[in-house]
Amino acid sequence: MSKIEIKNVYKIFGDQPTKVLPMVKDGATKEEVLEKTGHTIGLDNVSLSIEEGETFVCMGLSGSGKSTLIRHINRLIDPTSGEVSVEGTNVMDLNQKQLIEFRRHKMSMVFQRFGLFPHKTVLENVGYGLEVQGQKPEERNKTAMEKIEAVGLNGFEHQYPNQLSGGMQQRVGLARALATNTDIMLMDEAFSALDPLIRSDMQKQLMDLQSELKKTIVFITHDLDESLRLGDHIGILNGGKLVQVGTPVDIIMNPADDYVTAFVKDVNRAKVIKAKIIMKPASEANGIDKKNLVKVQEDQFIEEFLPQVVCNDANCEVVDKQGNIKGYITNKELQKSLTKS
Amino acid sequence: MEKYKKYFNLVYLIAFIAMVVVAYTTSKYRPESISVLFTDPSWLGNWPKWLDLPLMPFLNDGFDKLIKEYGMFFEGINNFLLGLYTDMKNFMVGLPWPILMISVIALCYFVSGRNTGTTIMVAFCVFFLGFLSPRYWDKCIMTTCIVVIGMLLCLIIGIPVGILMARNKKVRNAILPVLDLMQTIPSFCYLIPGILLFGLGAVPAIFAIFVYAVPPLIRLTDLGIRLVDKEVVEAAEAFGANKKQKLWGVQLPLALPNIMQGINQCTMMSLAMVVIASMIGTRGIGDEVLLGLQQLNVGMATEAGIAIVLLAIIFDRITQSYGEKIQERTHNKKKLIL
Repeated sequence: MSKIEIKNVYKIFGDQPTKVLPMVKDGATKEEVLEKTGHTIGLDNVSLSIEEGETFVCMGLSGSGKSTLIRHINRLIDPTSGEVSVEGTNVMDLNQKQLIEFRRHKMSMVFQRFGLFPHKTVLENVGYGLEVQGQKPEERNKTAMEKIEAVGLNGFEHQYPNQLSGGMQQRVGLARALATNTDIMLMDEAFSALDPLIRSDMQKQLMDLQSELKKTIVFITHDLDESLRLGDHIGILNGGKLVQVGTPVDIIMNPADDYVTAFVKDVNRAKVIKAKIIMKPASEANGIDKKNLVKVQEDQFIEEFLPQVVCNDANCEVVDKQGNIKGYITNKELQKSLTKS
Repeated sequence: MEKYKKYFNLVYLIAFIAMVVVAYTTSKYRPESISVLFTDPSWLGNWPKWLDLPLMPFLNDGFDKLIKEYGMFFEGINNFLLGLYTDMKNFMVGLPWPILMISVIALCYFVSGRNTGTTIMVAFCVFFLGFLSPRYWDKCIMTTCIVVIGMLLCLIIGIPVGILMARNKKVRNAILPVLDLMQTIPSFCYLIPGILLFGLGAVPAIFAIFVYAVPPLIRLTDLGIRLVDKEVVEAAEAFGANKKQKLWGVQLPLALPNIMQGINQCTMMSLAMVVIASMIGTRGIGDEVLLGLQQLNVGMATEAGIAIVLLAIIFDRITQSYGEKIQERTHNKKKLIL
């Protein structure tokens, strides 16, 4: 069973969403609905499942409904129709009390503009999730200090958020989400407000933390590079519709429609595609010149071994971690994978 | 609720027709029969006498009934507030004036976060109250007591109402017109009935202060809570804060600068009202103005006027600087490390 399951979720914003719902179900477009009824479609028949321990990136431009989608998972927004279940419980079945318990123990959230409490110190901010759970100050401060150290903010615990720079503030946000030690983390454009250098720094930090903690992360972004870098799976939203779900390579190699194609057009493929994706399996590799070979790990990205290949005018031999030969890459494969369609 | 929305206009129409019918049937000027209206169109010239909503007798009856049946209730409120006022006034009047003066200055000093400039200014204002005329000292104490009690009443009722309004749109829609009414209705319309309910003296003034000064406090509390950054409130919700934790831990502390502004406005308006209330026999610095004007003694009226301004400055500085101090703690720490 998947960790998070979203089934046929519709969200319509306006005065009488249930009245407009049939029209949307019949396939009216966003523009038609807006013109005829004044309602905005937030999500249009979105279904997806997110597995335990993976990072699922939800990507789309502004207005595509990605922030709306993530808020359905912890029910900050109620769906107009459809079902959202987390670990098998339908969140719509929870009453007010259960919902609060659910939010306290099942998931935490990181926000685009940090969502820190300006009147609380860093320490109090990080401990907030534990505070609302009713933990005693000594206990929660201890946990909070651990998390502050984990994100590298030692020494800043008694500062107020607006004494910190943007990157540091978001680290506080991250530490706050980690402090409650929930299985699921929702990150709503968590790094979008940061400048590029700090952003890639934070991405690295998140990946490091993730390789240790193995949480289920739902990450929202409008930045394709970010989603390719972080995501195990990527879902692309356009106008409230889920256009494509797949691994980063799927998305790049087989874009589902023009929208995704346009999106991935400018991606540096060498940065995203791994050797094992494009290699010819060893069994089919007859007639390949094996005199001049470069050894490549199967998980290496093309950009990592491309210079070597060009320098030596060689073919590649792809090996796994134990050194077994898995396949070969010739110029033909390289050319095919790097050519923009 | 949504379902019944379309019937609202119908309900209004029926209510209007009912009012016209009531006006017609209860009027002693109405024509002998309705058919006269069609045969003799002269009633279309001037506004006919029978087209008169009997609001005045209705209100009068209502008010009489209120006094007769709930008189005890108002008497109780009256006794309680009057007792509070008298005790407070007697205590402060009984204090030697230097001690009282020093207490006010000390209060200002600590409340303003040890701001010497503000404190010196307030110290001068306090000294000049008595310095202008020795009579003013005790009268200013009376005025202060009335204002303070009126404000406490405003706070106890105003802030919870403001919170309710911010939470619930329907409550807000219901209360906003009431606030508009309280702010626009001429003050004498409730000053005089106040005498009927509470008798002469300090209590009707407190009542008038409440009616006049509570709307800005309610409005600013409501606004302050609604202006709290949505993402911050969302963050509290996402971490599983219940309504109480959200209100006390996040919304109220962040709305505090606005609420303090509301309290400041509330104080200023209380002071304005307590002067008007001198016309219904409330003792205090306001009656010096009234006395001066009655004797055509412009100097005396102006002198008392100045004393009122000084009192206002004292109140304003103390509440304002407290608000600023809070704001500094939570909002304005802009100095960036790194």
